[in-house]
Amino acid sequence: MLTVEERQEIEKEIHHYEHKQAACIEAMKIVQRHRGWVSDESIRDIAAMMDMSPTALDSVATFYNLIFRKPVGKHVIMICDSVSCWIMGYENMRDHLCRKLGIQLGETTADGRFTLLPIVCLGTCDHAPAMMIGDTLYRDLTPEKIDTILKQYA
Amino acid sequence: MPSLWIDGKTYEVEAGKNLLQVCLSLGLDLPYFCWHPALGSVGACRQCAVKQYRDENDSVGRLVMACMTPVTDGMRITLQDEGSVEFRAMLIEALMTNHPHDCPVCDEGGECHLQDMTVMTGHNYRDFRFKKRTFNNQYLGPFINHEMNRCITCYRCVRFYRDYADGPDLNAFASKNHVYFGRDCDGALESEFSGNLVEVCPTGVFTDKTLKEHYTRKWDLTTAPSVCHHCGLGCNTLAGERYGSIRRIINRYNGAVNGYFLCDRGRFGYDFVNAGTRIREPLASSGETKTQVPVSVEKIQQLVSEMNAGKDKILGIGSPRASLEANYALMKLAGPEHFLDGMAPKESSLVRLALSILRNGPARSVSLQEAGQADAVFILGEDVTHTAPMLALSLRQAARQVCVQKAAKANIPEWHDAAVRELAQEERSPFYIAATGATRLDDVATKKMCVPLDGIARLGLAVAHAIDPSAPAVDGLADSDKQLAGEIAAALMNARHPLVVSGTSSGCSSVLKAAAQITIALARTREKVGISLIVPECNSLGIAMLANGTLENLDERIKSRRYETLVVLENDLYRRLPSAQVDALLESVKRVIVIDHTTSPTSQKAHLVLPAGTFAEADGTLVNNEGRAQRFFQIFAPEGEIQESWRWIRDICPESRGNRKTAWQDLSDVIEALCQDVPALAKIQEAAPTSDFRIKGLRVARQPHRYSGRTAMVAHKTIHEPKPPEDPDSPFSFSMEGYRGIPPAPLIPRFWSPGWNSVQSLNKFQQEVGGELTGGDPGVRLIDPDGSDSPGYFEDVPAVSTCSGDQVQLIPLWRIFGSEEFSVLSEAVQQKIPGMSVIMNPKDAEKANLKTGSMAVIESGDMKLQLPVSLCESQAAGTVAIPAGYRGAAWIDLPALGESGRGMKNERNPLVPDPDCSGSGWHSDCGSQSDLA
Ligand code: SF4
Ligand code: SF4
Ligand code: FES
Repeated sequence: MLTVEERQEIEKEIHHYEHKQAACIEAMKIVQRHRGWVSDESIRDIAAMMDMSPTALDSVATFYNLIFRKPVGKHVIMICDSVSCWIMGYENMRDHLCRKLGIQLGETTADGRFTLLPIVCLGTCDHAPAMMIGDTLYRDLTPEKIDTILKQYA
Repeated sequence: MPSLWIDGKTYEVEAGKNLLQVCLSLGLDLPYFCWHPALGSVGACRQCAVKQYRDENDSVGRLVMACMTPVTDGMRITLQDEGSVEFRAMLIEALMTNHPHDCPVCDEGGECHLQDMTVMTGHNYRDFRFKKRTFNNQYLGPFINHEMNRCITCYRCVRFYRDYADGPDLNAFASKNHVYFGRDCDGALESEFSGNLVEVCPTGVFTDKTLKEHYTRKWDLTTAPSVCHHCGLGCNTLAGERYGSIRRIINRYNGAVNGYFLCDRGRFGYDFVNAGTRIREPLASSGETKTQVPVSVEKIQQLVSEMNAGKDKILGIGSPRASLEANYALMKLAGPEHFLDGMAPKESSLVRLALSILRNGPARSVSLQEAGQADAVFILGEDVTHTAPMLALSLRQAARQVCVQKAAKANIPEWHDAAVRELAQEERSPFYIAATGATRLDDVATKKMCVPLDGIARLGLAVAHAIDPSAPAVDGLADSDKQLAGEIAAALMNARHPLVVSGTSSGCSSVLKAAAQITIALARTREKVGISLIVPECNSLGIAMLANGTLENLDERIKSRRYETLVVLENDLYRRLPSAQVDALLESVKRVIVIDHTTSPTSQKAHLVLPAGTFAEADGTLVNNEGRAQRFFQIFAPEGEIQESWRWIRDICPESRGNRKTAWQDLSDVIEALCQDVPALAKIQEAAPTSDFRIKGLRVARQPHRYSGRTAMVAHKTIHEPKPPEDPDSPFSFSMEGYRGIPPAPLIPRFWSPGWNSVQSLNKFQQEVGGELTGGDPGVRLIDPDGSDSPGYFEDVPAVSTCSGDQVQLIPLWRIFGSEEFSVLSEAVQQKIPGMSVIMNPKDAEKANLKTGSMAVIESGDMKLQLPVSLCESQAAGTVAIPAGYRGAAWIDLPALGESGRGMKNERNPLVPDPDCSGSGWHSDCGSQSDLA
C-alpha cells in the first residue's frame, strides 16, 4: 500500500499532465525515493492510481535502468563504462571496487551497504574515470581515491 | 497506377501500398518479420531492406526498409544486389545470436517463419561462439506456452495483443538484449484472442499448449478446410488430425469473415471431438432398467423396420447446430409439417425476427471485415465478446477507424501503424453501448448506458426518432436519455459507415426491433447502413430458413397428432425446454431415436442412439449470422460406425417414405435435392465445388507431401498398409495423393508453398497480400435486401420497466468460456470457465440483504435457483444477471421477472477458482470470479 505522503506527491505530479498515465515515471521515482526501490506490490498500487494495467506500468519501469525493481543497498554506486572512462582506466576502477566490496557488478554487499551498477556517460568525460554514489559525483578516480571515498560511507 | 522497376523488370502496381506488400503481392520472395498485413508496418526488424535508386543513372543506391516505403511512380529498386542481400543475411545472423537453435524440440519447427526467412536469406552457418542470454518463461494459462529464449524481438506479439486486441496484460519489458515479452507476473492471459499469438509470433515463443498434449508436426497432420461451430459467426478454420484425433485448430484466412484471426473458444474448443463423451457406436436401451447397450446394424434395421411396419407418425426435431444437409434429411424423413427447428421457443422467434429484419432491410448485414471498417457503432443489448467473440475484435478495429481517417487527412497511409497511433493517441470512433451490465467492450465505448432491457429498447427507439422524427416517439424519457439519444443519432448520421449491432442473446424482441428501427430511420437519408445481428449458434439462421415448425406448443402438437416416433437430430432438448416438459415429451412417444455425436441427457433417454460425426467427421453447410452459407469438410474418416447424420437418416428411411438410398449417394445429391426443394437456400450450391470436382483429373490431397510414417502408422495392427478411405462427398482425398497447387479458395486444405512452411505462406494464396483469396473469398451470401421498398417502422414502444416492488428482471449472462455446449468439454477451456454466480447491482443487493459471495435465492415461477452473488456497479439496478448455457445447470427461460432473496450457504457451491494472477485487480469484467471471496 502506498503511504498517504506518496499518494499526495503522486497526485501532485498527475496534475501536470493531460493524460495521467504520463506521470507514471514520476510516480515510480517518488516511490523509489521513499523506499529505495519499486516492488511488485508498488507497481500494482501505482498502476491502479494511473488507470494502467500493472503489465503496462512494469513495461515502462523495466525500460529504465534507474528504476530499481529489486532492493538495492543503502548506497548505490554507479560506475561509468562509456568510452572516455573506458579509455581512462574504467576496468581497473571496476575491478578495484569489486575486490574491495567483494561483489560483482549488479550485486549488493552482504551488509546491505553498497550496490554496484554500471552506468552510461555521467557527462564528465574530461575528468574520466568517474562514478556516482547517490547524488554525488566523483571524478578523476584512482584506486586510492576510491578507498578514501568509500570510507565516508562506512 | 505507379509503375515500378524491380531488378530489371517493370511492374504496374497499386498505389498507396508499401513496397514490401507490393513485392510480396508480385510473388517475389522478400524476407520480413515485424510487418503483418493486418497489423501494418513499424520498421522494427530491418529484415525487409532493399536497395532503392534515385534514377537510371544512380548505380550506388541506398538501403530502405521496404515495409516503411510507399510505392511511387517510377520507383527503381533491387532485391538482389549484393549489398542488400548481404545486409539481410547479416541481420538474421545478428537476430540469431541469442536464439537457441532448438528447432528439433521446438513446436514451431517445420512451420516456422524464422526458419523460412533464415533459409531465404542464405545465412546457413552459425559463427557465434559466445554465451547466449537466457530468460525465465512464464505460466500464461491453459492455452499458450511460453519459451522466451527463441524471441527475435520483432514486437509482433504486443502489436497484436496490446495494440490490435487491446489486451492489457502482455507487454514488452526491459531493453537491449534483455527485451522480454510477457506479463508482469505468471498468470493466464486475459484476452479472449490470446491464441492468435501462436500464429502472429514468427518463432516458437508462443505456441499452442493444447497441441503440446498430443504434438504433431504440421507436415504430419491431415487437414481440410473447416468452419468453426462454436458460435454464430462461422469463422473459417483449418483442423488437423493424426491417429484419429484432432490435434489443433488454426486460422483459415477468409478476407470477408475472420481474416487472420480466431477467438480462443474457436481455437481451443476442439477437444470434444476426442473426448470420452463421444457416442462411438449405435446404442439401444434394453431391459427393465433401460440401460443402453451397443447394438448391431441388424438390430438397428430390426428396430427401424418395426417402426416402419407400424407406419409410425414421425416427428423430427432438427437443430441449429447441425448442418443444413442433416436437417434437410430429417425434414424429408418426417415431412416438412412434422419437422421442427429445435430451438428454444423464445430463441426461435428471435432468430426468425432477426432473419426477417435482415431480409426486409434496408440495412445490409455486414461481414466481420466490414464491421471492422465501421466508423460509428451502437451496440444494443449484447456483450459481444461473449456472444460473438470475433465480432468484438472487429468492433475494436471500428473504434480506431477515426484514427485511420484522421491519418488519411494528414497523408499517412493506414499501414503506417506507429504513425497512425501516434497521431490519434487516445482518440476513438463514436462508440455507444446500451446493455444491462458490464461488457467486455466498455473500454472502447464513448458512452455506456446500463439499463433494464426495456430501457435499451426505449433508448434505441429514441435514437431512431431523433434521426427521423416520423419514427414513433418515446414518451416519458428523462432529459439525459433524450440528450444521449440525440448524441448517438448525430454520431450515426455523421458517420461514413454507421453500424448497429444487436442480437438474440438478451432474449428480448423489443431490443432487436429497436436496433432495426434505427437502421430504417438511417436509411431514409442515406444509402448504406450496416447492421450486425448476433444469433446463438453456428446454423441458427440456416435452420430458420429451412424449418417452419418450432418447439412452441409442443405438448399440444404431440397430443393432437399422436406421434409414435420422435427423431432428434444433434440436439439436447434439455438445453431448449424445461426438463419436466422434455421428460413428458420423451415418455409420450413409443420410440425416441437420437442422432448425435456426444452423449447428452436427451441421448441417454433414447431407445436408439446413432453415432453422428462432428464437424471433423462430416461435411456440410452452415449459414452464419451474416447470412453467408459456408461449407465445412470432413477432416478424417473415423473408425467404427460413426457417420454423417444425413446418412443415418437416409439409412433408416423406409420405402414407404421414399427411401433415398439410391438417390442420395453422396453429399452433392443431398445438396442438389435441398436446393430444388428450398429456393431460399438454392445458392448454397455455390458455397464450394461439388464432390466430382477435380483439378487436372486429381482430387485435392488432405495430407502434405511430406506426411511421414504412413506405411508404419498401423504396423502394430497389421503389416499391410491399408488403402486410404474413399471420400464420396468431397473433392478431397484422404491421402498424400492429389493436386498440390493452389485449389479454389473454399478447398484450401492448408497454407504451404515451396520455401514458405509457416502460416505466412498464405501470401501466395491471396490475389493481393492481405486481400481476397485467389478466386474470391469462400462462402455465398444468401440474404440481401433488394432495397425496393423500405419497411415501415415498428410501432409498439415498450413501456418503462414493468418490474414492480421486489421484482427484478432476470437477464441471461453468456460467457465465452462456459456457455457454449461443446467447447466446455475441452480441458483447456474448462480451466477458463468462471464459477457460476449471479451479478447484481450493489444497491439491489443491499435491499435483499446480500453481499459479495453470499448465497442468493432467485425465484421466478416454478424456477428456484441458489447461487453466490457478485456485485457490480455496472449491473443495471433492477436486474440480475444469471449464468446461461452452463452444462449441467437447469434450463431457465430468460429473461424473466423474478425475485431475489437471501439463501443459505450452500455446500454445492460450483465455484471454480480463477487461475488468473491474484492481485491483478485490473480486470474490468465484473463477471470474473476474482471479485468473489
Ligand atoms: S515473442 Fe515472438 S512475436 Fe513477440 S517479439 Fe518475440 S519473436 Fe516477435
Ligand atoms: S468467434 Fe465464434 S465462430 Fe469465430 S472462432 Fe470464435 S467461436 Fe468460432
Ligand atoms: S518487416 Fe520491414 S522492418 Fe520489419
